[in-house]
Amino acid sequence: MSMKLLTSAVFAGLAAGLIAALLQFSFVTSSLLEGELYEAGEKVHFAVDGTPQSPRGGAEVDLAAEPVRYGLTVAFNIVTYTGFGLLLVALMALAETKKLTKITPRQGLIWGLAGFVAIQLAPAMGQPPVLPGSVGAEIGPRQAWWLATLLSAGLAMWLLAFGRGLWPWLAIPLLLVPQIIGAPVLDTYFGVTPAELAASFAAMSLGYSAAGWAALGFFAAYFYSRQEA
Amino acid sequence: MERDDMTTQTTTQTAAIARAATSTTGIVAAMAAGLLLLFLSGYAQATILHDAAHDQRHAMAFPCH
Repeated sequence: MSMKLLTSAVFAGLAAGLIAALLQFSFVTSSLLEGELYEAGEKVHFAVDGTPQSPRGGAEVDLAAEPVRYGLTVAFNIVTYTGFGLLLVALMALAETKKLTKITPRQGLIWGLAGFVAIQLAPAMGQPPVLPGSVGAEIGPRQAWWLATLLSAGLAMWLLAFGRGLWPWLAIPLLLVPQIIGAPVLDTYFGVTPAELAASFAAMSLGYSAAGWAALGFFAAYFYSRQEA
Repeated sequence: MERDDMTTQTTTQTAAIARAATSTTGIVAAMAAGLLLLFLSGYAQATILHDAAHDQRHAMAFPCH
């Protein structure tokens, strides 16, 4: 692997991972913790006493209370974004080698947003981000659908950006077919968490990853275009 | 003299071929490394990895359990 690709991916993964972790603690983790209260049965929605309500809140992010847990969240944000960063700079290098484009930081922002659509948004339409306390279909088929969907959507992004002739039109079936086939789901609802909490968690997760991907694309392109091969 | 020129030319060609090869190899290697990291952070089911990556997997909507 060339040093240029490695260093741009590592710097970009570090920057995007730290930004993402900060956003996660600010906007995502508290609903995750609240979901765990329902998962563990410490809070019960639609309790047996007949009340249709349960009080909002009850779980705050306390970095000092669980330093290992939150430290690992930071670490895995960095690992994940470095992983995606390596794929992103490899594709950027491929696009430049094939003389399809010249990478600039601003263009990197668009690469990042395209990555968000392919890796987060397209799979999330079939398998929304799940709060703890949700029960899903069997893991194997779900992972298979998820992987097939993001590969198909990733190819669609590439064709939209660089396809010639009629190739970009192929993006439409590539984006549609996984959703028409549909992700594996159970035929019953098992959720024990309030619908509002799950919806807010799903929307916040997508926003968090959109910001993370935009940052990753920008920094990957910035470090990539600064270095000579 | 002629021999020197030929040697220089050959060296340049070899270097050019090596550079092109490194670039393709580099791209493939970067992809492989990226996939390995993502397998660990998002896909592997080993309990210790799953627990460590738990919050982040939920936030990234990786299908993890």
